[in-house]
Amino acid sequence: MDTLVSKYANSASSASFDDADNLGQNMAGWDAASQFALPAFDIPMVANPVDFLRAHTDASAENRIRIQHGTTTLAFKFQGGIIVAVDSRASGGSYIASQTVKKVIEINPYLLGTMAGGAADCQYWERELGRRCRLYELRNKERISVAAASKILSNMVYDYKGMGLSMGTMITGWDKSGPQLFYVDSDGTRMRGERFSVGSGSTFAYGVLDTGYDFNLSIPDALELGRRAIYHATHRDAYSGGSVNVFHVKETGWVFHGNFDVNDLHWEYQAQPKGPIV
Amino acid sequence: MEYNGGAVVAMVGKNCVAIACDKRLGVQAMTISTEFPKTFQATPKTYIGLPGLATDVQTLSEKFRFKVNMYKLKEEREIEPRTLAHLVSSTLYERRFGPWFVEPVIAGLDKENRPFICSTDLIGCINFAKDFVVSGTTSNQLYGMCESLWEPDLEPEDLFETISQSLMNAVDRDCLSGWGAQVTVITPDQVITRTLKSRQD
Repeated sequence: MDTLVSKYANSASSASFDDADNLGQNMAGWDAASQFALPAFDIPMVANPVDFLRAHTDASAENRIRIQHGTTTLAFKFQGGIIVAVDSRASGGSYIASQTVKKVIEINPYLLGTMAGGAADCQYWERELGRRCRLYELRNKERISVAAASKILSNMVYDYKGMGLSMGTMITGWDKSGPQLFYVDSDGTRMRGERFSVGSGSTFAYGVLDTGYDFNLSIPDALELGRRAIYHATHRDAYSGGSVNVFHVKETGWVFHGNFDVNDLHWEYQAQPKGPIV
Repeated sequence: MEYNGGAVVAMVGKNCVAIACDKRLGVQAMTISTEFPKTFQATPKTYIGLPGLATDVQTLSEKFRFKVNMYKLKEEREIEPRTLAHLVSSTLYERRFGPWFVEPVIAGLDKENRPFICSTDLIGCINFAKDFVVSGTTSNQLYGMCESLWEPDLEPEDLFETISQSLMNAVDRDCLSGWGAQVTVITPDQVITRTLKSRQD
């Protein structure tokens, strides 16, 4: 057993943890610069790694590796801060892989990220962003601005441009200059904005959001608008569904405002009298 | 089949058959209508289910209505479900090199009130089954549900429950099907069609 362990174990780590004398040396070897370096990934040993991955993930590939795609997410600024609302469906092709996905990623108590596109890409890179924001906090003794955080993310993914990363995300939070909302995607786009919706159901969500939006909306009305926009998107868009998760970003950080099954919402809205649109 | 989406399933019970479909009409990701059933009455005791490309679903449902009526006028009797299956099959094979994009399902009781179900592929290869047949974009999920829920000799009410649960739980794992369902149970003395309330996402 021991021979087997030693055969596969990393020789450096097994020595340093066993030997108390080496512990200090190991700690002294901590390199701050390396902690800020981009994570290294194993690359398949083929002539062109990008083409190799594409050959296996393209829609035309015979045995396609399917990655989560369909989504509706939205976020908008208003008088009371920012509302973030998302659906919860994960699909691989037309197969529904899950109806209970968390598409709002809680980076820290003041920062939220949303998830559209590749689930793994969003989860990994927004967690990496969270780590970097924490290190920034420890070094500078103050919280990172949302502008800086979103730029870290867009710069990180820009380094991998053309290699198949897929993410469309909104980074929101409250910093010194107030509520902040940014759109960041894997093409390297980074935009500040008032109102965004991302994903296959985004057009449907925009339709509801734009007609119902007013900067002076009360907090309960704004939460309802976000919830309603996502519900309508899940109804019309095949690749969105499950339930709605609603968040409110305010000065004291973000607050979770519940999970609502869109099927319950459908029959609830259906029973309500329909008012005039204008 | 993936352009408009849709699901159809048929099951055999004790002296009865059931056929069910979803009601979605989509154009790829976008749901256009939730009132688009895919089963059609051919004779008093026979139904055809036509999941597939919506334009062909409409054309073929009319084509089969015409052919079934012509058969009745010439033969002075209703077409048997087994005969209808061969009529459907040869109609589809006529377009062997430019097919109709539908995968029909036929369910009914013959003149001795024996249950009959079958499905065909889009160019008319008939699959006769003694238990259940599935078709459409949800066929994988439907096979899973039917294999676990179906049992022999179900009474009409139990057959209704079984086919309804099979369809509704199957379409809840398919993006392109659902948005309501319609179930028809055919017994020797009556045909009952019910509309199901299901998830709208």
